[in-house]
Amino acid sequence: MQAINRIRSRTVVLPTKDIDTDQIIPARFLTTTSREGLGDVLFHDLRFAADGTRNDHFVLNTPAAAGCEILVAGNNLGCGSSREHAPWALLDYGIRAVISTEIADIFRNNSLKNGLIPIVVDAQTHEYLLQNAGIELDIDVKSSTLTLPDGKIVEFPIDGFARYCLVEGIDQLGFLQTHMNSIENYEETRSWMP
Amino acid sequence: MTGATTLFEKTWSDHVVVAETADTPAVLYVDLHLIHEVTTPQAFTVLRTEGLSVRRPDLTLATMDHSTPTLPVSSFKDLAIVGESAAKQIVRMEENCRDFGIELFGFDSEHRGIVHVIGPELGATQPGKTIVCGDSHTSTHGAFGALAFGIGTTEVSHVLATQCLLQRKPKTLAINVAGRLPPGVTSKDLILAIIGEIGVDGGTGHVIEFRGAAISALDMEARMTVCNMSIEAGARAGMIAPDDTTFEYLHGRPRSPRGANWDAAVSRWRTLQSDPGVEFDRSVTLDAGNLQPMVTFGTNPGMVIGINDPVPDNTADPSFRKALDYMRVTAGKPLTETAVDVVFVGSCTNSRLSDLRQAADLITGHKVADGVRMLVVPGSQQIKKDAEALGLDRIFVAAGAEWRESGCSMCLGMNGDTVGNGQLSVSTSNRNFEGRQGVGARTILASPLTATASAICGRVADPRAYLQ
Repeated sequence: MQAINRIRSRTVVLPTKDIDTDQIIPARFLTTTSREGLGDVLFHDLRFAADGTRNDHFVLNTPAAAGCEILVAGNNLGCGSSREHAPWALLDYGIRAVISTEIADIFRNNSLKNGLIPIVVDAQTHEYLLQNAGIELDIDVKSSTLTLPDGKIVEFPIDGFARYCLVEGIDQLGFLQTHMNSIENYEETRSWMP
Repeated sequence: MTGATTLFEKTWSDHVVVAETADTPAVLYVDLHLIHEVTTPQAFTVLRTEGLSVRRPDLTLATMDHSTPTLPVSSFKDLAIVGESAAKQIVRMEENCRDFGIELFGFDSEHRGIVHVIGPELGATQPGKTIVCGDSHTSTHGAFGALAFGIGTTEVSHVLATQCLLQRKPKTLAINVAGRLPPGVTSKDLILAIIGEIGVDGGTGHVIEFRGAAISALDMEARMTVCNMSIEAGARAGMIAPDDTTFEYLHGRPRSPRGANWDAAVSRWRTLQSDPGVEFDRSVTLDAGNLQPMVTFGTNPGMVIGINDPVPDNTADPSFRKALDYMRVTAGKPLTETAVDVVFVGSCTNSRLSDLRQAADLITGHKVADGVRMLVVPGSQQIKKDAEALGLDRIFVAAGAEWRESGCSMCLGMNGDTVGNGQLSVSTSNRNFEGRQGVGARTILASPLTATASAICGRVADPRAYLQ
């Protein structure tokens, strides 16, 4: 994985609460065997009508959203299905960080493993971000902070190990493999066998 | 602290290979890795690229359920798979299992079915195991006192390669359910009521333990329905302590221990209880005796009401209003006046034999209402066979319903079984998200009894009117 430290970008705001991963990428696009190209179907049924025409009112389709790498979403982002296609689609589309007051466990884990930064902020900061779409944020992963345009710095929680892997570009499978001796030992010495 | 521990903590600590520290997560051993065709191809690609093998194919159980057709024909080989990419995904699954030495319960297997149905059915799901799958409804297996949770595809590659995961220890949430479910009220109604109570994010970061008299009184299939939907409350997993009901269910199944091994296993399983007086990080209590059949009215499983209650008026909240607009329901009115287009009985939540029996008993002597399509999809080929031996298929077909081969089917519509744009579906599945059952589909989640009563009535209906 590529090392990620700073993201400086304008925000795009999707204020809906409880955005589930079926919204992020509908199930019928999960028949792929690759992780490439899923940005085309990101939020497909919100971006496009049933007859395939583009929904110009949907925020990602507005001119102001072009080039935005930070998505601010309503409370509780990423609930539902465990599909890792959701962060793959977001990243492929060009979104590199997501911000909410709460981010569902599996979606957060999947995001961290792919270099999509899941950021949980307090309600006050969240409200400010919802009300001020398009502002430029400066996200620093190493210090776990985001800087608002007025210079105010907001810290966000991120697991220290996940942060280390992001900043150093470390692949977690490689880290797990360094524990192979412990795994073998566990298998040989556990009190019962599955 | 007295040293008392929860069921979750006992299971967790039994599987810690390397303890977590402030800087690093725990290395947690996985006893059973369930895999299916949708969330694994990219993980196998990682293995191929890195030149890795599957560490424990013997602890890996594979089937195909999501993109698979359910149309009844004499041979699966004749089936048209819904699209070229789905066909490719299925072929890839067969190749991956063959190349990496994993037994696949594929199209020719009598054990094929929804992955969360066949794990328990085969006896592979057992108390005290850690079980993972690239599928959020892995929480189902917690009904046996296993620690079971959904993972992403990257984590699938970790488990394939090392049989372990990097995990931070979640918190614990006790949900105590006193009393007993009234007639016509099922474990599906119970879990919907719980999600309504704590919200779709109420369990985030937590493992739930469902406890109390109402839980102990449930059979295993009803317990699986409860644990299955733990994820719909955002929980990492849901667990129920194993008891004699659990052991009776597992006894004699193909992968259950036998002979002296069985006795040793049951002795060990009996220790898998939360210690008396143990404290959970959080607790919630409710009384099953007060419940009624539940139906969802919005676009997530937490937007749920009693069958005769009015849709709440929270329309000051734009997300709430958006959900009501999508569903075309009106605040202040109950759903029982709503016309139904489709009824789906199936999914990893409610496709087991007891679910099908309840639906068949209710529909006996009735017909599916004119203009309503009712689809009944058993959770596995074994359940299909058992149901047919009981004549349930004939009851459904005589009533005007469609009887299918097993699979995930209309729960998420990946295989071509979809609800039409704008149609209203009463579904025994687990998610009423926008478009979940098809583009523009409107989904009401309910129990098999409520779904079947709605099929007969042609409108959302209280099943208690049809029960003697």
